[in-house]
Amino acid sequence: MQKKTLGRALAGAVAAGLALSVVSLTGTAASAAPKKMIGIAFDLGGKEQPGFNQLAYIGYKTFAKTNPGWTEKDLQGNGGDTDASRAQRLKLLISAGCNPIVVVGYSYENALKTVAAANPKIKFSIVDDNIDGAANVEGLLFHAEEGSYLVGMAAALTTKTNSVGFIGGVNIPLIQAFEAGFKAGVYKVNPKIKYQSTYASNPPDFSGFNAPDKGHEAALGMYQNGADVVYSAAGSTGQGAHKAAFELGKGHWSIGVDADEALYASNAKYKSAILTSALKNVDVGVASFLSDVVGNTFKPGAHFFDASNGGVGFTTTGNYLSKATVAKLNAIKYSLASGAIVVPTDPTKVTLPQG
Amino acid sequence: MKKLNKLFWALAAPVAAIIFTLIFVSIILLFKGANPLSTFQLIASYGSQTDNIVAELNQTVAYYLAGVAAAIGFRMLLFNIGIDGQYRLAIFFAAVVGGATNLPPFLEVPLIVITGMVVGALWASIAGYLKVKRNISEVISNIMLNTIASGLIIYLLQPSRLGLKGKSSDNLATPMIPKSGWMPTFHIFGGQLYSFGLVAIAVGVLYWIVLNKSVFGFNLRATGMSFRAARASGVNAPRMVFITMAISGGIAGLTGMGELLSNTHTYSLAFPTGYALTGLALALLGRSNPIGIAIAAFFWSFLEQAAPALDLNGVPKEIVMMMQGTIILATVTAYEIVKRITRRQQQRLVGASEAPRVEAAEKGDKK
Repeated sequence: MQKKTLGRALAGAVAAGLALSVVSLTGTAASAAPKKMIGIAFDLGGKEQPGFNQLAYIGYKTFAKTNPGWTEKDLQGNGGDTDASRAQRLKLLISAGCNPIVVVGYSYENALKTVAAANPKIKFSIVDDNIDGAANVEGLLFHAEEGSYLVGMAAALTTKTNSVGFIGGVNIPLIQAFEAGFKAGVYKVNPKIKYQSTYASNPPDFSGFNAPDKGHEAALGMYQNGADVVYSAAGSTGQGAHKAAFELGKGHWSIGVDADEALYASNAKYKSAILTSALKNVDVGVASFLSDVVGNTFKPGAHFFDASNGGVGFTTTGNYLSKATVAKLNAIKYSLASGAIVVPTDPTKVTLPQG
Repeated sequence: MKKLNKLFWALAAPVAAIIFTLIFVSIILLFKGANPLSTFQLIASYGSQTDNIVAELNQTVAYYLAGVAAAIGFRMLLFNIGIDGQYRLAIFFAAVVGGATNLPPFLEVPLIVITGMVVGALWASIAGYLKVKRNISEVISNIMLNTIASGLIIYLLQPSRLGLKGKSSDNLATPMIPKSGWMPTFHIFGGQLYSFGLVAIAVGVLYWIVLNKSVFGFNLRATGMSFRAARASGVNAPRMVFITMAISGGIAGLTGMGELLSNTHTYSLAFPTGYALTGLALALLGRSNPIGIAIAAFFWSFLEQAAPALDLNGVPKEIVMMMQGTIILATVTAYEIVKRITRRQQQRLVGASEAPRVEAAEKGDKK
């Protein structure tokens, strides 16, 4: 008896499933892929999350504006990724007809090495990395420490309490370079400034790039410890730091990263607390790669973006930086561009100037 | 007839779970405006392309070992959520030891593998010790140990300590393991199948034998069913808990070993994470049975392989996660329902055979 009931239930379920499928057959049909297509393989986070993934996407959009007819397909990374699954993602983009392909993040290095060698006709670029010897890969490398050096000086020139702080997203060399630059900039202005620093998470936990609550808590701690300027190189975690500065009110400043954070819709409420932002123009790098490919001026190998070519910089939205500070930073920017100042990338090597 | 009945009920649960999952996911797909039939077709056809099968099998091996590690804990009612930390620390130290030595292959490979197992076991036994001696839930201590493992690894992975930083890369990695520490791969279907899969098979066989055919396995199962009863009958139950945790950690230390020995030859920031939850899910889905876990692990990687292909075709790849989640819930529920139905059947059978005697006894009472 029971068997019958279950059997009937199963039969009913199957019928229902078939009915659903039949109904849905009338639904969407796959459209044929257009020929001019750019592939983007994102790292963790994807294009919706403010930060370097999104900037890579903005780079594509900037390019597409002046080059009509180009569309994009993108795939996003996840925490369980192996070299095999990253390579598979790149192969999928190739089989979907994408060329060129923008690869975001150093974690793709090994995957790209094999896929690029197997697909010599496809042009790739990789952000924050370079594949030595690959004839079809351009490495987009950023001297992010230079932008951080500039905002470090801005922080030191602005602080009234002689105390500043740094919040890093995840404790990896990529972010440590931001800290090194910031710290060096601070000490360049005043070696006696009290300096605090923390990271929101340790790898492989990359949540530190997307944890505004942690940023809020860390920044509050630093402000309570006497700091009045805090720089966050931490993706959307920095939003929490802006919020903390805003809540504490006048005299508390927060510094953004990557793009002009005062222009983010998500920061609209706190923009009066955002002193400046250290630019790392991933979008400029990506757009220049795409234009090079289209204009047949593609050159493989490492391509550096720094103060000399607009790859990094600082912002003045809101005019919160004093005129003297801006003038000084612009002068320093020239020294950086000319190579007269070389900024360290390892924070443990940034020590107080002698004397 | 009786055998047929048993077979039917054994198959009923997984089949019902799969059908329920397909229907549920179809409904969600319809809501998203996607075609369920073509979506399932895409998953099936993409996943069964030969080169994808090889990638799936390699992934299956890692998932399988994480699943077995979790299942060992389950048998003891231990929830080893520390698999992730145990695995990462194990692979890290295995890579460090492998990178620092250059012995002949027949020594180098076992050295690396055993280092991983020992480190995994030691790390897990911290949680085991705290559980037995301090009565601290292994869930809490393991979650904390996962975080501590991350901190420890990034501390040791700094270029000034055990790690290396690439010239124009922001990745941190341990020194390369010399060729003598590489495990061969089988070239089939245009892919490279890790030979470490053979070790995984051996682990599965050993797991089954130890659990079902040894005194240790009997004690383990007994302690899992009732800590106090096992203790009363002479089993050193706290010791069993400690050892089980350590073994679970040792097996966790093998997770990702195929990737290390046959592909990357170095531990870096780009190494995969998240094996704890996957392992626990697979142990649940495979009902802690060595073959069940293998099927579940393959099913898992089959679905995941297809995820990015779905994304490219306009179907959100999250649908794969939904399928995975639904099938776990559906399986656990279906088995519980089947268990109740068969139990009632048995009770009725027993009742029927006992009925005349009961009736007689009742009559006797009336008199």
